[in-house]
Amino acid sequence: MQARPNTSGADTAFHATLVLAGLGVVTVLAGVAWELLSLSGEALSKGGIGFITGMTWDPVAEEFGALPALYGTLVTSALALLIAVPLGIGSAVFMSEIASSRVATVVGVLVDLLAAIPSVIYGLWGLFVLAPLLREHVQPGVQKLFGELPLFAGPPLGVGYGTAGLLLAIMVIPVITAVSREVLRAVPDTQREAAYALGATPFEVIRGTVFPYARSGLVGAVVLGLGRALGETMAVTMVIGNRYDISASLFAPGYTLAAVIANEFTEAFSPHYLSALAGLGVVLLGTTLILNAAARLLVRGVRHGGAG
Amino acid sequence: MNPMPMPTETRRIATGAAGRDVALVAPRPHLGMPFQRDEDSPTAPDKEPRGIKMVIDSLTAGYGSHAVLRNVSLPVIERTVTAVIGPSGCGKSTLVRCLNRMHEIIPNACVSGRVLLDGRDIYGGHLDPIELRRRVGMVFQKPNPFPTMTVRDNVLAGWRLTGTRPPNADGVVEDALRRAALWDEVKDRLKAPGASLSGGQAQRLCIARALAVRPDVLLMDEPCSALDPIATARIEELIHELASSVTIVIVTHNMQQAARVSENTAFLYMGELIEFGATAGLFTRPSDPRTEDYITGRFG
Repeated sequence: MQARPNTSGADTAFHATLVLAGLGVVTVLAGVAWELLSLSGEALSKGGIGFITGMTWDPVAEEFGALPALYGTLVTSALALLIAVPLGIGSAVFMSEIASSRVATVVGVLVDLLAAIPSVIYGLWGLFVLAPLLREHVQPGVQKLFGELPLFAGPPLGVGYGTAGLLLAIMVIPVITAVSREVLRAVPDTQREAAYALGATPFEVIRGTVFPYARSGLVGAVVLGLGRALGETMAVTMVIGNRYDISASLFAPGYTLAAVIANEFTEAFSPHYLSALAGLGVVLLGTTLILNAAARLLVRGVRHGGAG
Repeated sequence: MNPMPMPTETRRIATGAAGRDVALVAPRPHLGMPFQRDEDSPTAPDKEPRGIKMVIDSLTAGYGSHAVLRNVSLPVIERTVTAVIGPSGCGKSTLVRCLNRMHEIIPNACVSGRVLLDGRDIYGGHLDPIELRRRVGMVFQKPNPFPTMTVRDNVLAGWRLTGTRPPNADGVVEDALRRAALWDEVKDRLKAPGASLSGGQAQRLCIARALAVRPDVLLMDEPCSALDPIATARIEELIHELASSVTIVIVTHNMQQAARVSENTAFLYMGELIEFGATAGLFTRPSDPRTEDYITGRFG
C-alpha cells in the first residue's frame, strides 16, 4: 500500500478524535463511580455491610440501612420485566414477522412515540388515572379472588409495588419493543427461507430459527429495559407510596433506591445524611452493573452452549 | 410402468399463446401422463423407465400485477437433473420457487396455472405447503445452515423445527451426510456449530439437511454461485450422484454447469420459456435464435 500524504493528516486527526470519544465514555463512568464512592465513604464505612442489610432509615438518629429501598427497586423492576418482556417481544415479532410493512411502520412510529414520553407524564398519569383505577376496580376484585395470598394482602391503596411495577412495565415496553424489532429484522431472510423450505410452519420458523438467531440481541433488549426500570425515578416516586418498609404484598406501599434519593436529596441536612444518600446511589449503580454482567454471561452461555 | 417417457428432442416452445399447447406435445388434458416415446431419440435412456415427476402447466407468477413468469409449461423427468438457465431476472428462481410454493411466502406474490407432482396439482388444495415442502426440498444460493444449531442438529432440522425426533436419529444423520458427501469431513465434529464449516461444506450441509427428510424432488437455486471452483466441482459431482435417487431441478446462470450436470435444460428469457429439451441438443442445435444468442454469449 502506498501512503497518501494528503489524507494522512486528516486520518490521524480522525483517529485521535475517535480515541478521545472512546476514552471520554470510560472517563465519565469512572468519574461518576469515583465521586459516588468518595461522597458515600462516610456512610459506607460507618454502616459497613449493615448499610446494605439494614432495615431502618432514620436521618435524625443517623441510622441508615438500604435494604427496603433495594428490595423495592428489585421487586418493581422484576414485576415490570415480567409484564414487559412477553408484551414487548411479542409486539416486536408482530411487527417484524406478521404485520404488513405499512401496519408495521404505523405501529413502530407509535411505539417510538411511547418511548419519547417524559417520565413525569407517565408519573402523573399513574397517580391520577392508573392508581385510582386499580384502587377502585382492580385491587378489590383481585382480593376477592386471591385475598388469602400474602401477595395481595393489605388495604387497596392504589399506590405501591404493584402499581409502580405496572407503570414501569408500560414505560419499558417501548424500549424492549423497539430494540427487539431491530434485532429481529436483522435476522437474514435466508434463515427463514431455510426453515420454510423444510416444511416449518410460520410459528415454527419464529421459534426454531428467528429466536435462536436473534437471542443475544433479544437479551440485550431486555437488559436495556431492565436498566430503564432500575433507574427510573420520577414516575416511580409518584406511585410507589414512599413508605420505607419491606412487604410481601404487591398492594403495599414501598420505596425504591432512586425514589429515596430524589425525595430526600434537598433535605439532607448533615454530611452523614448526604453521604448515606450517595451510598444508595452506589448500591443502585452496583445492582445495575451486577445485573448487566449477569445478563452478558447468560448471553455468552447460550451462545457457547449451542442448541443442545 | 407405461412406455418410456422422455422429451426426446429440443422442442421449440412458441412464445405466442396459440403455439403453447402444441409445443409440449401432450395436449392439456393429458399433461401429467407420460410423454410418448420418440423411437429415434438419441438420448432415450436404455436402463429403467423413468416417468414424469412434475409437470408445470401454464404457470404464471409474479408480485401484485407484475408478472415475472408468463405461461411456462414444461415437464420434470423423474430421477434426472433438469437445468433452468437464462439471464438475470428472467424468472429462473421464481420458477423453482413455485415448485415448492416458496414463492408465496413473499408478500404480494401471486401464482396461476398448475404444477403437478405425481399427477396431482400442488395448488389444488389436497396438499398443504408444509407437507409439499417436505416432499420437494430446496437448497439456496447462499449456504444457510442454522448457526446456533450443531452440525448434527442442522441435519435433523426438519424434525427439530417441528419439535419432533426421527426414529434412529444417528442413522438419519449419517445417511444424509453420506449422501451429501460430507460425512468423512464432519463425522468427528457433529457437535460443532453449523456456522463453523467452510462455504462448500456449509452448502453440502444444507443439501444433507434437505435430503434428511427424504424428499422426492430437490430444487437447487444457483447452489454454487457463492462457492469457489473446487467446492463447485464437488457439488456438481454430488448432483450427479444424487440424480440416481432424487429428481433434481437446478437453476444456474452458468451454462457450462448446466451442460455438465443436466439431462434436460429449459431456457427462460424475460419470463417466458423459450426452449426446453435434452441438454445436449439444446446446446448443440438450439432451435430458437434467442437461445443460440444466449448460449453463444451474445447477451446475458
